[in-house]
Amino acid sequence: MTETAHHRGMWRWLTTTDHKKIGILYGITAMGFFVVGGIEALFIRLQLATPNGEILSADAYNQLFTMHATTMVFLVVMPAAAALTNYFLPILIGARDVAFPRLNAFSYWVFVAGGLFLTVSFFVGGAPDGGWFGYAPLSTQVTEVVRMDYWALGLQVLGLASVLSSVNFITTVFTMRAPGMSLMRMPVFAWMATVVSFLLLFSLPIITIGLLQVFLDRNLGTGFYSAASGGDPVLWQHLFWLFGHPEVYVLILPAMGIVSEVLPTFSRKPLFGRSFVIFSGIAIGFMGFGVWAHHMFTAGLGPVAEAAFSLTTMFIAVPTGVKIFNWLGTIWGGSIRLKTPMLFSLGFIFLFVIGGLSGVTHSIVPSDAQQHDTYYVVAHFHYVLFGGAVFGIFSGLYYWWPKVTGKLLNERIGRLHFWLMFIGMNLTFAPMHILGLNGMPRRTYRYAEGLGLDLWNLVATIGSFTIAASLLVFFWNWYRTAKHGQPAGDDPWDGRTLEWSISSPPPEHNFDVIPVVHSEDDFWHRKYTENEAGHAVTVTAVPSAPAAEGPIHLPSPSYYPALASSGIFVLLLGLVYLPWGLIAVGAGAVVTMWGLFGWSMEPLTREDHG
Amino acid sequence: MSVALHEEHAHDPAHIRKVAMWVFLGSECLLFGTLISTFLLYRTRTGSGPTAADVFDIPFTSVSSFILLMSSLTMVLAHHSSVRKDYRQMRLWLVATALLGVTFLAGQVFEFTEFVHEGLTVTTSPFGSSFFVLTSFHGAHVAVGVLMLLVTALMSFTGKWRPDAGMDVELVGLYWHFVDIVWIVIFTVVYLLQV
Amino acid sequence: MAQQRPHPRPRDYWVVALILAVITAAEVSVTYIDFLDAAVAPMLLVMAAAKFAIVVGWFMHLRFDAPMYRRLFLIGVIAAPILFAAVLFSFGVLIG
Ligand code: HEM
Ligand SMILES: [Cu+2]
Repeated sequence: MTETAHHRGMWRWLTTTDHKKIGILYGITAMGFFVVGGIEALFIRLQLATPNGEILSADAYNQLFTMHATTMVFLVVMPAAAALTNYFLPILIGARDVAFPRLNAFSYWVFVAGGLFLTVSFFVGGAPDGGWFGYAPLSTQVTEVVRMDYWALGLQVLGLASVLSSVNFITTVFTMRAPGMSLMRMPVFAWMATVVSFLLLFSLPIITIGLLQVFLDRNLGTGFYSAASGGDPVLWQHLFWLFGHPEVYVLILPAMGIVSEVLPTFSRKPLFGRSFVIFSGIAIGFMGFGVWAHHMFTAGLGPVAEAAFSLTTMFIAVPTGVKIFNWLGTIWGGSIRLKTPMLFSLGFIFLFVIGGLSGVTHSIVPSDAQQHDTYYVVAHFHYVLFGGAVFGIFSGLYYWWPKVTGKLLNERIGRLHFWLMFIGMNLTFAPMHILGLNGMPRRTYRYAEGLGLDLWNLVATIGSFTIAASLLVFFWNWYRTAKHGQPAGDDPWDGRTLEWSISSPPPEHNFDVIPVVHSEDDFWHRKYTENEAGHAVTVTAVPSAPAAEGPIHLPSPSYYPALASSGIFVLLLGLVYLPWGLIAVGAGAVVTMWGLFGWSMEPLTREDHG
Repeated sequence: MSVALHEEHAHDPAHIRKVAMWVFLGSECLLFGTLISTFLLYRTRTGSGPTAADVFDIPFTSVSSFILLMSSLTMVLAHHSSVRKDYRQMRLWLVATALLGVTFLAGQVFEFTEFVHEGLTVTTSPFGSSFFVLTSFHGAHVAVGVLMLLVTALMSFTGKWRPDAGMDVELVGLYWHFVDIVWIVIFTVVYLLQV
Repeated sequence: MAQQRPHPRPRDYWVVALILAVITAAEVSVTYIDFLDAAVAPMLLVMAAAKFAIVVGWFMHLRFDAPMYRRLFLIGVIAAPILFAAVLFSFGVLIG
């Protein structure tokens, strides 16, 4: 075969089953969608910068705010967390890969198919416009013909991708840990990734059925959510938020895990109350399933349900608060180094506390009746999602960048990035508290002059462009570092966990010898012991020579996962344009079956070839 | 989930796949849970269409439920033969299981046509919508199971028979039994309790 | 493989199937007995739960396999009814 080097390079990425490469693919894709979702947000803010905005029609506005939220939740924060989980979960627990490498590749490619599918809708008659929550009957009325079909089907396959990778991660954690890596010794990030996997595992099936019912209401004439034929739109709200509230913890827990790795490293202290952090993460996971109806306080659930969900919502703030105190306790008295990852983690704590507090104000039913569907709620969830999830992810990016690329991101540009983003974030979202309390409703494309909303809207728009500028700074840093960044070495931060014990970037098989773990923060204890005064002292003894191991089995590359998911893409397109689309549905199904069959027939590891 | 347990199993592919299968089945519980509760919410919302008592034919459904239940017996016998490496027997039991599954599906098709004749379709009422979508979703699971059974039986003839393939029969079996237990619930909650 | 107890043998499976058949027959019969009235529903639910447990425990070997499988599966089995009972309760279906 005569292929160009470039072609072979592309092919390698397309067929990779290496969890690290897949992690990088997730990361780059998420970054691409971050730009898309960001541009959508800037349009929204431009429209709202002044009263009676003229930039967008009501129709365009609906599409943009729907796609902005859908993109940011499902195509940015979730895959960005998946990127870090893919790359680091196996390494953190001392494994050579995930349990099912090709399933992992399949998850990624299905995610890409779903993301492209959603985005394609912009070019074929309009994107989804019924909100990221798709409330019936707005989502089930068929006047706009196909827009919400794109939404229902797109989320459906994104869910499939997430369920598959959740099964994969959970299996990995329960079966692939290195010897001595008991569950309680797992790094907190690995723990939070596990809790997230369980949340997805049990919440996604609920929305899967909800979306199926929406799709059937639209295309088959069923009456699940049509009040006219006896159905009940409130059922949709239940199904959506049964998924939706666990989902918000899916978005925040990875960031909490990252912060729990970064703070100890840059304070040179172990995480304060480590097991409390882990258990409160698990508690949040459980309780996250018991609060969904706080999104429905104005739907008329009746006093019993409202009181119950108000209480559970107040209670869920407790484990969240526990974590905050643990983080503060970690920093307390530590020798703090204010590197960029640390700045983002501190920013996370500050902003997340604000968002958590406004969340608790929502839990009080009469108060929420005033806040619901106003910009006050928008302020709340951006403090937790942007100030929380996105800051946490950037903290992780700066922290692990040297491990992944072998080069350190520039500190000075990083600091500029942080401060611009921090200021921009507060400029954008703090005023929304005021706007909301002054009665500005969400999801409206215009507001009239003279309502006292002008100033703060303008400030918010200025803030949003500040955030955009900070992102450009980040891209500049990325570019500069790739060109002439300094080599990081294996352990640039004096880290505590296993990923810092291997080279940067890590070898394809991660560990020459599978490590044997003796304690929490095992790598730290290999480097330091304590003297009588309790101070860390460098260990001088050279670790014994690694024992020889049998041959290392690496998963072989495979193009079947990508092939199968391309079939899914075609199949989805066909489903939108029924009945003619049935041809595409058939073709797509055949390609998918071909991919899955070829996959199941393939030898598992490279050695099997020879 | 102790350390000891973990180390004992380390990298046993059969164990790893079974963990994944059980995790997946746990997730499926929520899938069917959503469908069944939608049905429960709408069971009496029949509009001007027929009600459950009007259309359900309990003796018929009892027989087809019994057939699916017995397919779990043939399935577990297939697994037992595969553990004993008696692949001829295993194939027989696999095909028998698939046949029982197909019989169940045929019964479902018959039942659906009857209901449509009596005026209950997927668009008649929320009751109709939720009944048909729940039962056909389950039927689709049965159909996928039949396909997997037949492929497994066929594969056992080819040279691609891996040493750990006995596990494949076990995995298909777990899936198959799960589909059966879902029907146990549906039979009671959707049929028996509604007439 | 760590197995808690020895796996059953074919004869055991046939016996289990027989028990399942008997319970199914009982289920169908009670729906035809008029005087049971309000007792029918709880009886049916108990019998369905018994069949469920028997298939899971014996045919799916959950009684005999590693406890990890049981724990992982039980989360879903327990979560589903609790969550949806709450939903149906809020619609007044379970009490009305
Ligand atoms: C202390 C913890 C939290 C509490 C008590 C809380 C409470 C609430 C309540 C009651 C609402 C409904 C407000 C309304 O619509 O009237 C809400 C909305 C929302 N929350 Fe939180 N929340 C918390 C943390 C979080 C976190 C960590 C995230 C995400 C990372 C999040 C994301 C959201 C989103 C996206 C919405 C709006 C959904 C929509 O209507 O589109 N919340 N929160
Ligand atoms: Cu919520």
